[in-house]
Amino acid sequence: LLLFLFLFFFHQGTQDNDTRAHGDEEHQQGNSTAHRKAFPVLSFNYEYVRKPFEISLWILLALLMKLGFHVIPRVSHVVPESCLLIFVGLLVGGVIKAIRQTAPVLDTDLFFLYLLPPIILDAGYFLPIRPFTENLGTILVFAVVGTLWNAFFVGGAMYGVCQLEGGQLRGVDLLSCLLFGSIVSAVDPVAVLAVFEEIHINELLYILVFGESLLNDAVTVVLYHLFEEFSHAGVVTVADALLGGLCFFVVSCGGILVGAIYGLLGAFTSRFTSHTRVIEPLFVFLYSYMAYLSAEVFHLSGIMSLIACGVVMRPYVEANISHKSYTTVKYFLKMWSSVSETLIFIFLGVSTVAGPHAWNWTFVIVTVVLCLVSRVLGVVGLTFVINKFRIVKLTKKDQFIVAYGGLRGAIAFSLGFLLTGNKMKDLFLTAIITLIFFTVFVQGMTIRPLVELLEVKKKRECDGSINEEIHTQFLDHLLVGIEDICGHYGHHHWKDKLSRFNKAYVKKWLIAGDRSTEPQLLSFYNKMEMKQAMMMVESGGVFGQNERKNTRLITVISKSREMEVRKMLHSNMQKNRQRLRSYSRHDLMMDPFEDDVSEVRFRKQRVEMERRMSHYLTVPAKRPEPPPSVRRVAFEPAHRVYTYDDGEGTPVEARRNASNPVSLLNESGRGFQEEEEEEKEEEQFKALRRLSDPGPKS
Amino acid sequence: QQQQQQQQRRHYEELAHKSGFSTEQIKNLHKRFRQLSGNKETISRANLDSIPALANNPIKKQIIDAFFDKRNQRQDDEVGSLEEIGLEQFLMVMSHFRPPAHKSGEEERQAARRQKLRFLFNMHDTDGDGIITLVEYRKELLSKSGAIGHQAAKAIADAAMLEVASTNAPHMAPDDFYEGITFEHFQQILKGLEMESRMHIRFLDVDTTTMRCGKATS
Repeated sequence: LLLFLFLFFFHQGTQDNDTRAHGDEEHQQGNSTAHRKAFPVLSFNYEYVRKPFEISLWILLALLMKLGFHVIPRVSHVVPESCLLIFVGLLVGGVIKAIRQTAPVLDTDLFFLYLLPPIILDAGYFLPIRPFTENLGTILVFAVVGTLWNAFFVGGAMYGVCQLEGGQLRGVDLLSCLLFGSIVSAVDPVAVLAVFEEIHINELLYILVFGESLLNDAVTVVLYHLFEEFSHAGVVTVADALLGGLCFFVVSCGGILVGAIYGLLGAFTSRFTSHTRVIEPLFVFLYSYMAYLSAEVFHLSGIMSLIACGVVMRPYVEANISHKSYTTVKYFLKMWSSVSETLIFIFLGVSTVAGPHAWNWTFVIVTVVLCLVSRVLGVVGLTFVINKFRIVKLTKKDQFIVAYGGLRGAIAFSLGFLLTGNKMKDLFLTAIITLIFFTVFVQGMTIRPLVELLEVKKKRECDGSINEEIHTQFLDHLLVGIEDICGHYGHHHWKDKLSRFNKAYVKKWLIAGDRSTEPQLLSFYNKMEMKQAMMMVESGGVFGQNERKNTRLITVISKSREMEVRKMLHSNMQKNRQRLRSYSRHDLMMDPFEDDVSEVRFRKQRVEMERRMSHYLTVPAKRPEPPPSVRRVAFEPAHRVYTYDDGEGTPVEARRNASNPVSLLNESGRGFQEEEEEEKEEEQFKALRRLSDPGPKS
Repeated sequence: QQQQQQQQRRHYEELAHKSGFSTEQIKNLHKRFRQLSGNKETISRANLDSIPALANNPIKKQIIDAFFDKRNQRQDDEVGSLEEIGLEQFLMVMSHFRPPAHKSGEEERQAARRQKLRFLFNMHDTDGDGIITLVEYRKELLSKSGAIGHQAAKAIADAAMLEVASTNAPHMAPDDFYEGITFEHFQQILKGLEMESRMHIRFLDVDTTTMRCGKATS
């Protein structure tokens, strides 16, 4: 609230100051010849910083609002954040209008060039590939056929209604209606993300709706340009329609191609960045942004290009860049996309109040109703067809969620804003805004209780475990084998071929050093080890109980000691920072590397841990087999890892030095404990220093 | 000719009843069976071994063994392996990879999942004692791409066993020894993977050209 007041007092002030500043200058000019003015100790020059100042102020306002919502937990449980932000935008817009300033409107350039790309890149870079490719057929059908159906149905029906209604609406011709239909038909990724992230729905539904919202961009772009051209030309021929169809393929495949090229370039570049780690994240961002802009130059689908770039780039870049860079990329993407999303919704609210409106009851109501109806019909009809080809059929519940989750958002608004020379623009804009408000508010707010009510499956909470990874890979090989035995070149066969091609050729070019030959299982295992190790250091303890789902280490101690240990751990944990897992896309998962592991703290913790380990862990008795619960790895300055379980000291192949795990568990103390404590501490300390700045094996 | 056809149809129906495939699918699979066996009545390991596409598969041996494993015939606790298999046994093994039926109830899905997991379990449990021990686990990981390397495979297998032990037997006393993964534990750790919807291939009903004969054995 204070910020509001501050904001527009400033505006008021600036108006006066502007004139005053000008006056001062002239005055100065005039006076300099006459007599020297006293040297200005303190002067006021707002014009100089006006633009950046205002931008920063807006962003700050948006973020403070976001902060404010989380302070009031009750509201944010019921109302999704997007709604609250629009509401704030409305307020701000109202305030600005009241003081008769010109509000900044959601300028189309601003939206498409600056606000949208971060969100899409964030979504594309972290797109879960496996479910996406498994459901690609379904997603494509929904995106292409569904959007086409929506556009034509809404457009056609609107035209019919307009003709029937008469009056003000009679002037709306078919092409304008179709144009309008194409604008409102597309499901919006920003809105979908904003709402779906909060309800934690299961992966399949999430990827269906979200994937659809991404891929329908191509359709939207083509339809929009098509109808816009036609509405200027006035007459449509069959050739034009065919060209439109061709255009669709060009737009989508071209977009993907552009994105893939930039992605490969980015991956290739990241191969050589081992000596300049600091600028690595920039490459990721810039190549992706260039992909988006290049696609936009040719009127190709920028969104698809961006997604393709992120998807192609990711596996190779992640293998090449340092862990810190990876964290930076993750953080920055989340940060930018969060800010963008917030700004978009606020601006939406502001523009609503500011923009010229032409309210027509019939038009608006019919739009909303038609959109809902066409969405439901489209989803149901398409699912009926799709289910014939799917193994895992979509149930009625799934269909309902998919239909209900088709939210419209800021893209529709911007496209509407982009309309030029269309006499119906205001009318359309009003309807679009109403539709957006309806979907975001009504559907956004009610989807959470509906999900609870219908008992839709939620997202799995746990991370991947090493067993699941092993067996997933095993299953892949198995299914390929069975397909080969059947002589059946199915889905698995081609996937296997692609991954083998990838391993044989592509990885060699795009991944630096010997990591190109690292098998997937090994890198997964390394990642997990690292995570567990850091988590262990973080919590100052080794004992993963089932509460901390991420730790899967066990200890073999008796019950009474377990209690003591638990008590101690509990008190220790309370001292350490406890990060709650809040449910927003923009919160990062608990990433141990985030903390700046200061040396002193680390050492203290290590000492603490050592002491505890030697006190409270019993030594498992001699076992016939090398026991699974017992292992120890230690460090060696020469970047090697020794495993002690068999008593042999043969070194493992040197892996990338950064991934050496810290000791997992205390061991069957074959006399190792005492001697090794000091040196272990030393080495692990060294190792952690290495960990915090991983470079290549030099 | 008529008699023969009728007999065959009845044979197929019987097989369909036992394995759960449709007669169309059985016809196609029979065709493939005959290709693999060189028009003989049974398939031996050598026949499967010589499929060229399987050569790249890191778990080729385990897959082939699975076909000859008696436990996968659902014949109630028979262990050991067969030398050769006939069409019926071939179909029984293949039936583990059927896609889930559309309108299956919860029980049927659980049963299907159990069956598929049992198949996987049998593939790991090479000595047939009902437990996957650490040694077996390690061996299996080692075989799966030599690129992993001996020590790393051991480390991974150890960590995996550790995980299973921790999720299934968290309160072991100090002197306990974790034997190995039993079938219940196995089911538990793979609970999240939803096997019934992932472990399947498409057996097409119609006789399409995807059943390519070109690369089959001769």
